[in-house]
Amino acid sequence: MTPSNAATSCCVSSRSAARNDPPPAVFRSSTSGALQENTQDTGKRTGGMEKRAYFSKTRLPYLLILPQTAVILLFFYWPAAQALFQSFLLADPFGQRNQFVWFNNFIRLFQDALYWKAIGITFVFSAATAVLSITTGLLIATMANRALKAKAAIRTLLIMPYAVAPAISGILWLFLFHPSYGVIAHILIHWFHIDWNPILNGTHALILVIVASAWKEISYNFVFFMAGLQSVPKSLIEAAAIDGAGPMRRFWVIIFPLLSPTLFFLMVMNVVYAFFETFGVIHTVTQGGPGGATLTMVYKVYKDGFVGLDLGSSAAQSVILMLVIISLTLLQFKYVEKKVQYV
Amino acid sequence: MRKGSNVVWLVAFCAVLLAPLAVAWADPIEIQLWHAQRGPREETLNKIVDAYNKSQTKFKVVAAHKGSYDETMNAGIAAFRAKKQPHILQVYEVGTQTMMLSGAIYPVVDLMKDTGHKIDWSSYLQPVLSYYVSAKNELQSMPFNSSTPVMYYNKDLFQKAGLDRPPRTWDEVGEYTKKLVASGAKYGMTVAWQTWVMIENYSAIHDIPLATKANGFEGLDTELTINNPMVVNHMNRLKTWLDDKRFVYLEREYKGPEAAFINGDCAILMDSISAIGALKKNVKFNWDAAPLPVEASMANPQNSIIGGASLWVLKGHPKEEYQGVADFLAFMATEDMQILWHKETGYFPITKAAYEKLKAQGYYNQEPLQEVGIKQLMRKDPTPNSRGIRLGSFSQIRDVMNEELEMLWQGKKTAKEALDDAVKRSNELLRQFEKRSKE
Repeated sequence: MTPSNAATSCCVSSRSAARNDPPPAVFRSSTSGALQENTQDTGKRTGGMEKRAYFSKTRLPYLLILPQTAVILLFFYWPAAQALFQSFLLADPFGQRNQFVWFNNFIRLFQDALYWKAIGITFVFSAATAVLSITTGLLIATMANRALKAKAAIRTLLIMPYAVAPAISGILWLFLFHPSYGVIAHILIHWFHIDWNPILNGTHALILVIVASAWKEISYNFVFFMAGLQSVPKSLIEAAAIDGAGPMRRFWVIIFPLLSPTLFFLMVMNVVYAFFETFGVIHTVTQGGPGGATLTMVYKVYKDGFVGLDLGSSAAQSVILMLVIISLTLLQFKYVEKKVQYV
Repeated sequence: MRKGSNVVWLVAFCAVLLAPLAVAWADPIEIQLWHAQRGPREETLNKIVDAYNKSQTKFKVVAAHKGSYDETMNAGIAAFRAKKQPHILQVYEVGTQTMMLSGAIYPVVDLMKDTGHKIDWSSYLQPVLSYYVSAKNELQSMPFNSSTPVMYYNKDLFQKAGLDRPPRTWDEVGEYTKKLVASGAKYGMTVAWQTWVMIENYSAIHDIPLATKANGFEGLDTELTINNPMVVNHMNRLKTWLDDKRFVYLEREYKGPEAAFINGDCAILMDSISAIGALKKNVKFNWDAAPLPVEASMANPQNSIIGGASLWVLKGHPKEEYQGVADFLAFMATEDMQILWHKETGYFPITKAAYEKLKAQGYYNQEPLQEVGIKQLMRKDPTPNSRGIRLGSFSQIRDVMNEELEMLWQGKKTAKEALDDAVKRSNELLRQFEKRSKE
């Protein structure tokens, strides 16, 4: 298995795992509901006290989780372990010579100023992408929720960009913003007299990939905010309106706090997205350039591993990436989740 | 009796019916060829493969497109690790050193010897061959698609500026582009594949080393030397031209530069000869090609160097299959196939015989554009500085050079700083490659 596979599989599985997690409240009730029958089967009655449930046969539960475990082991843990192992090796690409070099690949990375630069760029890029796509998604969802006519059609249209592959999204945006043939670039240069050149100007290039990446994720955020908004009780809003609260106040005092679980969930998902799934956008738009201005950690894993064939360093980078994303998600759960109000 | 003859007839009839099938059942041995050619080039390659497959029945070459050069090489590496490698793998020139040291190859010179092909390598185009030979001057991979950069210029814009011929020296390029911009051209010149043209070829043409140890041919402990005064001056000059629109940098590859030439924004384009096809199709004004400019001090410029890819034979297949591999490579090198390849793709033929035959046929009188590159390539015998470049991690080194040049174009570094940093960073990559490649 290749390191970048490991990186992707890591992101895919963490993403799907997060998606499969229903909010805790639902989780609790559905579990106890499903197991209630079982409790009755065994004839143990616990009355009004908290019910304890267990499977009478010990082999069945293991059998039931076996397929999922096998998939995770095969497609996540095994490649991840391979990447970990590979990160301690200095290997030639054809696998003819391997030297065990302990932490050399890691030490080399952290001594490399360019790697620190890539880390910095990744954080700026991820934060900007997440903030931009979440705020825009929230804004559009709030407005679409109020739209009366053609609500369904508008919603469907707004969801469409999510179906566009990142690479294609990148090409589309490059097409609009290419300094030689881009329509919007033409407007920027000739109407607004901005010296727009993402090919040569690192800041412009970074802005371009952030916008292209955020655009794609807006739809995803929109869907979740839309669902969140619909679960806000109308009565609360009406009561506030009767009490004289204006639309802004109603939004910030009632709707926004009630959306906080969605917001929190989307924060995690968007950061994961910006870290891993924006590869296609960067690959098609800038290839990490100019001068490394859009070289994110994920893109560097690919570049060093697949173009440079430095598998050890590439594997070490994907291990670091894995640690970064694990700690980032843990931090979010530890600090941000406290502010979340589950109803 | 009557019944018996019926049976005989039936058997005979069946035999006739089945005969072609029997031939088909004697399966030809499949030879896998993985390549990165697309579009018209892939079609021409398929023509060659079909011609070979029809020329005999014992072997069948199967060509498969595996994506870009990077992707094709990675596919080959992954397949080799899984012991499912193709017989022939097309690898771009920057991967040459990696392939040579891989321990995964069957050198072409040995393959041909072992399979009884007697090839006079001196009948090949030396500047093409020299890129792929070992330190002992033995050919390791079969040259396949080779190109070199030349200078294209917009004759209409030249005329408007009162210029009647292409610039020969870099000083002239400076004067010409000044006049071109003054007479209304948006930019003077641009370049595709800047590191290949402005550093690698510039060094070769002026016979200065790009790296120590004969550009890396003589040892893994090679170091880059592109921060020498000549290259620094050249880059400095380009930077001053960039500031007054005599030069414009559009991108590392070719799309932007070619577009700028085609739409008339740029009067001069320095780009690979493989651009001829696209320019012929899209350019709406008078244009021509000329050799790359040289410094005035260089009375007899060296040959330019090639880019492109070669075909590597991977080891690990049964012996009888390599007979087919060798036959196929020899077939590709025949005059007819080389002429077909050159005419349809613009890439160089690899044998002198093919070139001479084309000349005798008057092909270059009809297609003078096609001869500009080949003449530039053949104008002198290669020296250690102009036979090619043999660096490990070369693809990354090109990235480094590109990044540092972009720093220069953005005005974040001076030419000296940028090239010093390029050398420093490339040397680290070379040391890392050296470590990785030793037992």
